[in-house]
Amino acid sequence: MDALAQFAEYSIVGIAAGGIYALIALGIIVIFKSSRTFNFAMGEMMMLSAYFFYAAAVTFALGPVIGMIVALAGSVAIALLIERVAIRPMLGRPLIAVVMVTFGIGSIIRGIVGMIWGPNERPIPAILSRSPVLLGDIFIPGKTARALAIAVVIVVALLAYLRFSRAGVALRAAAADAITAYSMGINVRRIIAFTWVIAAITGCISGVLMANVNTLTPHLGVVALNVLAVVILGGMNSIGGVLIAGFIIGWLEAVTGLVAGTEFREITPYILVLLVLLVRPTGLFGTKEVERI
Amino acid sequence: MADQMVSSRSGIGSHKTSPSWIPTFLFVGVMLALPVVAPRYWIYFAGLLGINIIATHGLNIMMGFTGLLSLGHAAFVGVGAYTVALAQIHLGLPFWIAIPLAGVSAALIGVFFGLPSLRIRGLYLVIATLAAQFILNFIFVHWQSVTNGDVGLTVQPATVFGFPLNTETRVYYLILGVVVFMTWFGANVIRSRVGRAFIAIRERDLTAQVLGIEMVRYKLIAFALGSFYAGIAGGLLAYFNQFVNPEQFGILLSVFFLSAVIVGGMGSTLGAILGAAFMTVVPEILREGALLGGSAVGFDMSTILTPLRETVFGLLMVTFLILEPRGLARLWTRASKDSRSA
Repeated sequence: MDALAQFAEYSIVGIAAGGIYALIALGIIVIFKSSRTFNFAMGEMMMLSAYFFYAAAVTFALGPVIGMIVALAGSVAIALLIERVAIRPMLGRPLIAVVMVTFGIGSIIRGIVGMIWGPNERPIPAILSRSPVLLGDIFIPGKTARALAIAVVIVVALLAYLRFSRAGVALRAAAADAITAYSMGINVRRIIAFTWVIAAITGCISGVLMANVNTLTPHLGVVALNVLAVVILGGMNSIGGVLIAGFIIGWLEAVTGLVAGTEFREITPYILVLLVLLVRPTGLFGTKEVERI
Repeated sequence: MADQMVSSRSGIGSHKTSPSWIPTFLFVGVMLALPVVAPRYWIYFAGLLGINIIATHGLNIMMGFTGLLSLGHAAFVGVGAYTVALAQIHLGLPFWIAIPLAGVSAALIGVFFGLPSLRIRGLYLVIATLAAQFILNFIFVHWQSVTNGDVGLTVQPATVFGFPLNTETRVYYLILGVVVFMTWFGANVIRSRVGRAFIAIRERDLTAQVLGIEMVRYKLIAFALGSFYAGIAGGLLAYFNQFVNPEQFGILLSVFFLSAVIVGGMGSTLGAILGAAFMTVVPEILREGALLGGSAVGFDMSTILTPLRETVFGLLMVTFLILEPRGLARLWTRASKDSRSA
């Protein structure tokens, strides 16, 4: 195969893999929208959900369907716990302090998972078919293609929900102006808790998909930090831009794997971040903020 | 951290600007005499503590005094350690050149990563430091021909006039000297015009700029100074362990320094020392406790020590941030005030 065709194939496979990252990015931005909190524990929430799935489906042999339900319930419960115990007391505190709290939570979850399940890979039941999808001449691995399809369905469903439901309207009101929203009778605290639930759901689905496409290890969630980096870089203004950021990461990882070697994949997003900061100091789509002193 | 700092020892509202000499001298005296009375393991431990104190001072200058959050402090410590190892192997430099060189190279690489994002406000610096953590660690592992990959490099002991610092006690004295100097230096920087600029920027960077403080310049100074401290700590660590490998400088160590600054009390020189001490002691207590408890129930706890440590570091960070953002330094000053009035 000639180089160009190979590049195209890698690009398409990479963009397909980016579906999961877009799902992660969605979980990061809903929390940010409601409370200006950057959730540095997103990757750990993902990983923990995947281990919940493993525990229910394999350890207790309940099968993948109940496993998924348990994983969703468990991750929502953990997210609500985090919000109530660690995030709510930090309301109104400096941005950096809240970032450190989420970073600390990530460390706690990593440690707990490490203590319970250890560092080794765990086999999980395949919920995605392996049979490849052929797009003309281009061969897309079956798991990647199906993970993309699931991710797209979930993202579209969530976006529609946030667009049309009462909760979604309340969320956008709180994001636009929390104090006005509060005085209009919207329970902003509940909105914040609600965004943590959404993040838990996207995190859980992306975590289980990720464990299926790759493998289940405690490093599963590391990719969420890459997503977070690119999301912050893209500017946190639009949900659309954030979703694109997810696909960009998928594409970059695949193309770097082809051009420079797979070991470079883990640092590509960061090199991109540094390069963009050098060239465009306000971020990719960033707008200048006007601030009152 | 606007509302948290007012009564801290070196904050704006503090009237007392000189350190209290008597306890300081007493403390240094005890530290000097330590090798005479304490067992070898303690000396090793005290050396490690000294190195952690220096690195924590650095992160405290960035984070506690200037409000610049760094998630990549461990990588800059690593830069210092590799600088010492490479300077010794390829150039044969003695320690009194190699250690300052370690600080300078960490500061330069820190500025390289920090400069683009320091020009902008917001969380870009956090991301840039995270990038530094991952990229530098990647270089430590993958630039085989220079860093020798995962195996790492061996470092010969430092020598003073042909006298090798090859025992715990000898390196300990070197570390003690550097700790005292770096603490004194840091405390004085904070009391100076530069330090007041740092604090002003932390409290409200735009206001500081309107008042005539060059925000970008002082942020850069703070970042370079913090990385310099990290580099010095790394250089000492290389001589202390007599080897350097990438595993030492992972993100867990960055979490360690973050916790040390937070637990000690952000924006307090005393806090950095207390925090580093606390965080150095905690893993030891955990290890002893876990092994003891494990052997009691017949379970090998040694495999879960690292994740246990991670959990406890995270718990300490979150707990202190929520319940006592001024950290141990605040508890300390309150306790000493109580004992004086009683």
